[in-house]
Amino acid sequence: MSFTDKANAVWQYANPKLFLTTTERVLPLFWIGAAACLAVGLIWGFFFTPDDYRQGATVKIIYLHVPAAMMAINIWVMMLVTSLVWLVRRHHVSALAARAAAPIGVVMTLIALATGAIWGQPMWGTWWAWDPRLTSFLILFLFYLGYIALWEAIDNPDTAADLTSVLCLVGSVFAILSRYAVNFWNQGLHQGASLSLDKEENVADVFWVPLLVCIAGFVLLFIALVLYRTGTEIRARRIKALLARERVGA
Amino acid sequence: MIALLSRDLKLALRAGGGFGLGLAFFLIVTVMIPFSVGPQSSLLATIAPGVLWLGALLACLLSLDRLLALDWEDGSLDLLATAPLPLEAVVSIKALAHWLTTGLPLVLAAPALGVLLNLPGPGYKWLVISLLLGTPALSVIGTFGAALTVGLKRGGLLLSLLVLPLYVPTLIFGAEVARRGAVGMDTHTPLLMLAGITAGAVALLPFASAAVLRVNLR
Amino acid sequence: MMPDLGKYGDTVMSAYGASILLLLLLVAFSLWRGRKVRAEMKTVEARLARNG
Repeated sequence: MSFTDKANAVWQYANPKLFLTTTERVLPLFWIGAAACLAVGLIWGFFFTPDDYRQGATVKIIYLHVPAAMMAINIWVMMLVTSLVWLVRRHHVSALAARAAAPIGVVMTLIALATGAIWGQPMWGTWWAWDPRLTSFLILFLFYLGYIALWEAIDNPDTAADLTSVLCLVGSVFAILSRYAVNFWNQGLHQGASLSLDKEENVADVFWVPLLVCIAGFVLLFIALVLYRTGTEIRARRIKALLARERVGA
Repeated sequence: MIALLSRDLKLALRAGGGFGLGLAFFLIVTVMIPFSVGPQSSLLATIAPGVLWLGALLACLLSLDRLLALDWEDGSLDLLATAPLPLEAVVSIKALAHWLTTGLPLVLAAPALGVLLNLPGPGYKWLVISLLLGTPALSVIGTFGAALTVGLKRGGLLLSLLVLPLYVPTLIFGAEVARRGAVGMDTHTPLLMLAGITAGAVALLPFASAAVLRVNLR
Repeated sequence: MMPDLGKYGDTVMSAYGASILLLLLLVAFSLWRGRKVRAEMKTVEARLARNG
């Protein structure tokens, strides 16, 4: 068997190859789209929107806080879906996509936490307050960390994919339970107004449209990053497999 | 099944089995609280329910890595996996053994430690009830974490990182029951939530734990 | 050009600064690791092609 035959045998599924060739073509579009939306949305929101009656200029923070918070949660949901796909259909690309997405989720959660805390500072007078929403994001941050740590700790890629997938499933249930628990836990305390101007609230058009553009920018950035990072993970896994064969003397 | 349970209990209770370490830890942590927050009785009385819950939780956490590691190392886990008993039952028995040797003693010791922290009178009953309802969840969730990390060399810290976020709902509702009970408030809602979480965990998590163990035993 | 942020200048600027910094770090690290892995794969595949 020539090397090319052996190499093709190492690619256990057609999927990874198809994934890599497809993403190679579409990635530039996503990078450019993300950059454009982020630039337009943030510049518009920062320079060309008015202040809020109650919150003054701090309302400008929503253009970062809301998209980041949305992504923090949506990325975990994406990881949950791709974990299920891995458990049921054993597509390696799916498992690696979940692994690739997790650090992006961590950064989004951090941005949500940082902007949330900073935004709350004028309102609450402290740099951190155990507001139910902030606390929930802090717990989500811990779930992300545990997930990433488990991937890093396990050598065998398939075992790691299986274990982290089950952790993601169980973690999701407990994350939802925690959300309700935290709301219950903090309902009695008068913390002052919690972070308002949420996407669910009545946000005036003048704020809403640049916010949508920012959200689109964050989504496109996530897609670009996760496609690129999954490509990295696929290659890293292949390198590991090739090196293992080399050691065995194949 | 009974045979497995009594074997695990005997292993835990004999010398070197680690029985009593959880209790000792619980005691030491409780004693250190006044050193860190000061000895004012009113302050201690306020934080006693929460701190005792946290101490019990940490004591449970610390005894988790022995849960499966020893059987993993000497190969008994492989044997158990091939035994006629379903792995889900094995895992449940292990969790039960953990609760009987760690959780339950903590529940029984808690009132004594409550005295040290000036726990208010009505609080004792509710502390014990909440711990009684909550510690089984801690054991079952902990077993899941132990199954995830069973093959790893320095799995202890990772185990804590994985399990502590899963403990949050039980801790919140359990401590809430203890706190409300201590000041005479109504405890029905958190009590129901606590019981619900424990019931769900005990019923469903063994399936996840068994699945994870099968992966690790491959 | 710069909007009047009033008394919230520090607040808003630090929020924007922290967020943009985190995003840039994420993208930079992802690209750096990606390039490293892609280069390593070329090396390993070339070596195996020569020896295999």
